Amino acid sequence: MFDYTIRRTLLAIPTLLFISLILFLLLDLAPGDPTAQLPLTIPPEVKEKIRESLGLGQPLVIRYLLWLQQFFVNEPLHYLTEITGWDLSGDRQRVLSWQSRSPVVDIILQRLPQTLWVVGMSYVVGVLIALPIGIISAYRQYSWFDQIGTFVSMIGFSVPTFFTGVLLIVVFSVELGWFPSIYDTTHVVDDWSSFLFQVKQMIMPTMVLALYNAAQISRFMRASMLDNLNQDFVRTARSKGLRESTVVLVHVLRNSMIPVVTVIALGVPTVFGGAIITEQVFKVNGLGQLLITAIQANDIPMVQSLTFIFAILIVAFNLIADVLYGVLDPRIRYD
Amino acid sequence: MKSGAPNEQSPVLSVRDLCTVFGTRAGDVHAVNSVNFELSAGEILGVVGESGSGKTVTMMSMLRLLPSPPANVKAGTVHFEGRDLLQATDKELRRIRGGRIGFIFQDPMTSLNPVFSVGFQLRESLRRHLGMSRKAASKRSVELLEMVGIPDAESRLSAFPHQFSGGMRQRVMIAIALACDPSVLIADEPTTALDVTIQAQILELIRDLRRDLGMAIIWITHDLGVIAGIANRVLVMYAGQIVEHARVEDLFANPSHPYTRALISTVPAVRGHRAKRLNSIEGQAPTLLGMPNSCPFESRCSSAFARCAQEAPHRMQVGSSHDAACFLVENASHVATN
Repeated sequence: MFDYTIRRTLLAIPTLLFISLILFLLLDLAPGDPTAQLPLTIPPEVKEKIRESLGLGQPLVIRYLLWLQQFFVNEPLHYLTEITGWDLSGDRQRVLSWQSRSPVVDIILQRLPQTLWVVGMSYVVGVLIALPIGIISAYRQYSWFDQIGTFVSMIGFSVPTFFTGVLLIVVFSVELGWFPSIYDTTHVVDDWSSFLFQVKQMIMPTMVLALYNAAQISRFMRASMLDNLNQDFVRTARSKGLRESTVVLVHVLRNSMIPVVTVIALGVPTVFGGAIITEQVFKVNGLGQLLITAIQANDIPMVQSLTFIFAILIVAFNLIADVLYGVLDPRIRYD
Repeated sequence: MKSGAPNEQSPVLSVRDLCTVFGTRAGDVHAVNSVNFELSAGEILGVVGESGSGKTVTMMSMLRLLPSPPANVKAGTVHFEGRDLLQATDKELRRIRGGRIGFIFQDPMTSLNPVFSVGFQLRESLRRHLGMSRKAASKRSVELLEMVGIPDAESRLSAFPHQFSGGMRQRVMIAIALACDPSVLIADEPTTALDVTIQAQILELIRDLRRDLGMAIIWITHDLGVIAGIANRVLVMYAGQIVEHARVEDLFANPSHPYTRALISTVPAVRGHRAKRLNSIEGQAPTLLGMPNSCPFESRCSSAFARCAQEAPHRMQVGSSHDAACFLVENASHVATN
């Protein structure tokens, strides 16, 4: 298992390099000009100079290699400098945003907490709701609970978040006035009342996304439980005189979790990707919103870095899912 | 239990008028119809019949192991250790399942939970029924695995079911079933999924264990050869009913129900003249929809007559501990008495 993990990690390096090349080429092919939004009064020669100063005059290969160096060497060195205090990075160039001329990684780190709080929390809530619903739905298949659960998850899955988000705003912010419609990222939690406000402003975006996540995961959980509830080993467990709760929550659940854990692990990268639309609806300036504004402004270093970080997360969580699979299922041995 | 020496004749388990129905869209399927039988201490009772004849459903109904719905144990009593299992509370029933009555199932590949070690699955029973500590349960598990002939038992405790062969897995199942020293073992086609040499080993093992531990065994199978080799008494089931009941020697020497005779004739002879085609019983078993009001074997029976289509025969005495549900038996005994 350990060997397998190491081998897969090493194999991830060429995969990620390849992904970064594809991303770079795609962004280069995409139409758009970073100077397009500058005022028209700037003469073309100056614009050309600005383009050259952004490094756009150089050939594609050079630009790609420079990005690689900046991202993989300069940024980690800069990070090390910050924690150790030794001057390791010197005057190495960091990846800079074309919009703000500040380092891309710093901006991402600023935006990350908002996304983690809102989108991450919604994922956790979604999973916590989905698992029991899936288990009970399967155990009491075709009962009222199951019918309602299946119907709600169908709704949650098929109604887009920009609809449920706006619906919640209309009902709870406009009509009832319970929750704020806009997420205030400058809000600082330092006492009880500010904490309550934080909870209040998180409820709606979290619930919108949690419904969507829970809908998906509860269906997986239900299907997986149903696959296992009629297995012979369940009959064996009952014939041993085990309690019904032990039969279902130990014998059936352990088997049913195997595919569900994979689904949950593979869903984690989307948390970091931010729920782009929901962040827009509730004005949460997290990573999703950052990506959208960067795309609109032709801020290629920002888009390149963000999408590449998402790629790293997807590859990493794929690996984690595979390892968990082996941990949960003794029949799977990767050697 | 009342005082007095254990009586050979007093049954450990006695089933009266057991009826089980499955509710389906097409209507009620009468899977078990008024089944009566007794199991004496220390005997091996064979139950034979083709697929769908209600062998397994009868055994599952006794301990209410069938999922309900669709299954519904409609009527009957199952007396075991001074109580009726069909009226027992869930808690009492759980104490009996695995504790006083052990089960072995057909397919050892799927009957063990693939994600738990063999040791875990053994300890589970021991801790639940005998309240053993983890350590004591582990020690006992090793003894049990040794008892069923698994070599190197101590290190095999942490192995998972997929690391065992089919025969070894069935031995593990037997160890689990016998873990709490039950007085009855229900073996539901335990050798069907195994190849012939392993089958012989398992039969041998069960015979030895019965001799050493003295539990009564209900052995479900569709293999008459296995029955001949292991059982003391035999129940022949057809369409959810017991059609013949006899001591094993009587059953083969003097089969009284046409179905039993047909069943015995389907066994290919190993010695002597080799048949060109294998014998089979023509036709299909009835669907069991609706209550039976004729002999269920009537449509396939070579000696059926008018009465067979009009009413269902009850089990009638053929000899001592030998009965069959066939009007021919009644006629024959009439002739004998007249």
